[in-house]
Amino acid sequence: MEVFLIFISAVLVNNFVLSYFLGICPFIGVSGKIESASSMGFAVTFVLTLSAAITWLINRYILIAFNVPFLEYVSFIIVIAALVQFVEMFIRRMSKTLYDALGIYLPLITTNCAILGLALFGALRQYSFIENIVFGIGAGLGFTLALVVMAGIREELDLADVPKPLQGAAITLIIAGLLALAFMGFAGLISA
Amino acid sequence: MGITVLFISIVSMGGVGLVLAIILAIADKKLAVEEDPRVTKALELLPGANCGACGFAGCNAYANALVEGKVSISACKPGGNEVSRKLAELLGVEEAEEMSPKVARVFCSGGLAEAVRSRVYTGVETCAAAHLIGGEKACVYSCIGYGDCVFACQFDAICMGENGLPEVDLERCTGCGECVKACPRHIIGLTGYEEVVHVYCSSHDKGAVVRKVCSAGCVACGLCEKDDETGAVTMKDGLSVVDHGVDKAPVLAAKRCPTKVIRISSPTPGYEDVFKKAKEKLEAAIAQEEAAKAAAKAAKKSKETE
Repeated sequence: MEVFLIFISAVLVNNFVLSYFLGICPFIGVSGKIESASSMGFAVTFVLTLSAAITWLINRYILIAFNVPFLEYVSFIIVIAALVQFVEMFIRRMSKTLYDALGIYLPLITTNCAILGLALFGALRQYSFIENIVFGIGAGLGFTLALVVMAGIREELDLADVPKPLQGAAITLIIAGLLALAFMGFAGLISA
Repeated sequence: MGITVLFISIVSMGGVGLVLAIILAIADKKLAVEEDPRVTKALELLPGANCGACGFAGCNAYANALVEGKVSISACKPGGNEVSRKLAELLGVEEAEEMSPKVARVFCSGGLAEAVRSRVYTGVETCAAAHLIGGEKACVYSCIGYGDCVFACQFDAICMGENGLPEVDLERCTGCGECVKACPRHIIGLTGYEEVVHVYCSSHDKGAVVRKVCSAGCVACGLCEKDDETGAVTMKDGLSVVDHGVDKAPVLAAKRCPTKVIRISSPTPGYEDVFKKAKEKLEAAIAQEEAAKAAAKAAKKSKETE
């Protein structure tokens, strides 16, 4: 039950993008088309899940075991950077089109604060190994959900008559704000 | 204690780094993508300015498209003929027809000395911002002078002159057209190397208005198109326009222009010969015409005396 709550909490109630405002850069940058948005979401989910597992191991068996908690940031960033490199090679091998569509945002997953945020949250909340992985999957799916919803709205928006001063980034930010407001509605779902 | 912690830190982080590095090294070998080696070579040939003049998002994208054979090898304007020749060699395709190299020229003569400044602008110092409320100069077609074009130029070919007008270094200009896009008043244009005469004013105002706001503007007097049946120079919407396809008249127009906004331009570097020939051709045509007129006049005179 605890695990299920962590999952729901990460996807909806404490959605990384729309409640914690982490990972806004790809949220704005890659939410133009549903296809690339979902691919980006799954790439991030993959990195989140793997990094949740590895950072938990590092935290438990290196940082806590040797009592060097101040190395948290350094070690987590190393892991994330390596994972992103790995994902980049993988996607490039699997689909050149997808690789081109994601463009610069793929290596930028390294600096996606949602991923470092997840690693730090996991350490802070003292989750168990399974809980931490579920937390990672949940956060990733929440991120994907936010991106896909945003992309869906933006695809419709291409057909709408947006006033000139609001076109482009401006209307995107307004929509992001409205979406965040809407996600506030989930706040009562779980009493944390 | 201190030394132990330091030791543990170095060993643990080094260990983590090493393990990840080994994994990545293996993955790099296993997941290697076969890339056409010509892409890297084509990329080396390109200027690497990522100006976007070819229509692709940077040199890398263009190099990829080139190798796939989807685009013309002469789309790179900064690289010019030299690059397109090398690309032809590399890709083994027919050499494209000679590109017409272009350079940017600023079609405004209203510098600080010539143009009347009727307002004081204290806002953000970019042309785009100043253009929204009109800038300092009274002429609404004038160069605003905050140098958006200077910043847009990737090749350091434009600098602001002492007179507050941008000056294009024709040696460095590659004709990529970024400054043309950056200018909110659209007074920068790309010109071909065979063009001899240009109108260095963009004002469509009536003569009286232009006289009030600038001493170096086109006053739409129409002297340039007078006696000109070839149609090389025409008045269009209060501004004279030179048709470069037509011989003869432009040089004459430059001589006639009272405010000297129609001027003989400096030649495009590397094409001085073509420019000189074009100019000589124009001048010869005019001399011929004038001689014919003088002869007709003399004939008339001698007829009258008879």
